[in-house]
Amino acid sequence: METEIAISAQGLVKQFRTRHGQVPAVRGIDLQVGRGETFGLIGPDGAGKTTTIRLILGLLTRTAGESSILGYDSMRNPYEIRGRVGYIAQQFTLPPDMTVMENMSFFANVQGVSRAAQRRRIPDLLEFAGLSPFTGRLAGRLSGGMKKKLALACSLIHEPEVVMLDEPTLGVDPVSRREFWDLLGTLRAENEVTILVCTPYMDEAERCTRVGLMYEGRLIAQDTPRKVKERVPGRLLEFTPSDFERALPIVLALEGATEVQSYGLMLHVFVDDIGQRQPEIESALSSQGIACAGMREIEARMEEAFIWLVRKQSQDSEA
Amino acid sequence: MSDYTIEAIELTKRFGDFTAVDKVSFGVKQGEVYGWLGPNGAGKTTTIRMLLGLLTITEGQAWVLGYDPQRQAKEMQAHVGYMSQLFTLYNDLTARENIRFYGQAYGLSRSALRRRQAEIIEMAGLRGRQNLLTANLSGGWKQRLALGCAIVHRPQVLFLDEPTAGVDPISRRHFWDLIYAMAKEGVTVMVTTHYMDEAELCQRVGFISEGRLIALDSPDRLKQTQMRGQVLEIACDDPALAVSALRATGAFQEVALYGALVHAVAADVHSLKPEIQRVLQQAGIGLQTMDLIAPSLEDVFISSVRAARRRPEPAG
Repeated sequence: METEIAISAQGLVKQFRTRHGQVPAVRGIDLQVGRGETFGLIGPDGAGKTTTIRLILGLLTRTAGESSILGYDSMRNPYEIRGRVGYIAQQFTLPPDMTVMENMSFFANVQGVSRAAQRRRIPDLLEFAGLSPFTGRLAGRLSGGMKKKLALACSLIHEPEVVMLDEPTLGVDPVSRREFWDLLGTLRAENEVTILVCTPYMDEAERCTRVGLMYEGRLIAQDTPRKVKERVPGRLLEFTPSDFERALPIVLALEGATEVQSYGLMLHVFVDDIGQRQPEIESALSSQGIACAGMREIEARMEEAFIWLVRKQSQDSEA
Repeated sequence: MSDYTIEAIELTKRFGDFTAVDKVSFGVKQGEVYGWLGPNGAGKTTTIRMLLGLLTITEGQAWVLGYDPQRQAKEMQAHVGYMSQLFTLYNDLTARENIRFYGQAYGLSRSALRRRQAEIIEMAGLRGRQNLLTANLSGGWKQRLALGCAIVHRPQVLFLDEPTAGVDPISRRHFWDLIYAMAKEGVTVMVTTHYMDEAELCQRVGFISEGRLIALDSPDRLKQTQMRGQVLEIACDDPALAVSALRATGAFQEVALYGALVHAVAADVHSLKPEIQRVLQQAGIGLQTMDLIAPSLEDVFISSVRAARRRPEPAG
């Protein structure tokens, strides 16, 4: 069975013209999101995530390449896209002097949702977002997490098939962040909505069906979270050396240590063979009078994978 | 003389009827990197501001380097650095000019400032970029420049408020390398954050919720002692349907969709495995694997916060 493609981009490029000449923000992106997927565009600030989302939505003019949503070209069919896509921009703020209910009706009217449909959908969406008890509260008086939930509910008022969320959990505390992701899970599970979300949080990758890791305008990996993590070769040892500065060069020089990352006072060392290398590291360090406390194998997270992929890419481009 | 560089005893801040910080006690030793993890509005910044002498203390006491921030703020501030999440670097000044500006504000002499400028540019890896406008520096550089400006006067205590928000993981590791290099030289660091990634890097972490300190230990120990349940990762044919089927049983503290996987949390989740098998079978969902996974610091934090919210207010 062929999966239907909801969002697609081929060779997508965006260069901004500035005083200093052409600045590339997106350097050729190929991306396909199947219907019903939750795709995470993950990367640090300045990687080009927002530009990519805005190009696909047709809010920015692309320099080269192609992109479409639900088969509609981003540049040529903006109205078809607008009617079928919900979007929360990064700096999006709801009118603070309107109540929760007024915000909902306002966005419904903007989207041309009929009165009858509003009467049906608004209570459902408020229930979904857990905002039913707060319909009369001014949006400006909601907590950060509740504001984000209201923004999500507003973006769903016209029953879009696709939603694009630009850093929806930025500055939201951990409890609200988890609740927000649970809502996205429900949306995927019960309404089969296709979700494209971009985020600087590496751990949010785990909540996506597939992720694209973005760095300096390029997608450096695109796969399921598990497969991305599996790309890092070897297994990961974590320990706290008693003398960090002296331990680092010793470990770096060891054979079989494919990657060494500092982690606070700890070292993360990727090794080809744990049974062989763990005692080797311990004896190399202890011969220099350095103890390694709490040495154990841990599972590589998205963050370690990201660092490895970025370093590998810069090594490859130097070679 | 106390053993602690930063100490708080039953520190309390009330704004009218609202208690922002509620009888919080802790101590931070010299050279320690101590984290405070909590949601927005939990009282993190209020605490830092009391310790900095910027807000009056309603009840309780605090000492920083032996100074009372209420009465000796001026003397104390010469030895304390603060990098706020709203840290304002001047975008229209160069990196070097920003350092000079903060150095002058702290009253450094001309020659001391020249030396310090060179050191900070070196430390922050800004060599070659020192004459660029700050506006043109990327997130990681700006963050390290902000740190450099906060320590231009060589403080013995450093307060950091969400120091690496939005910075890429490589820059964040670099930033923390700098923090630990300072800690090794004896600087005491207190970090407030709602980012798990930052909290994981601290030697000890306090969980704060609704103004109260609900747990305090090393990240490792917190994971062992504070998790009120185990996390089971389930791989099955229809994860979305599985979530609603498992939620309907009411047997779990939490059931959530993680990409193509389902996470179910319960006190003794192992004993619920047969129940899970039965529920999924009944719903016609093929089950592939069920594995106990180590909880993340975020799992532990959320579990602690929820438990604290269920607990009644302490008497008195």
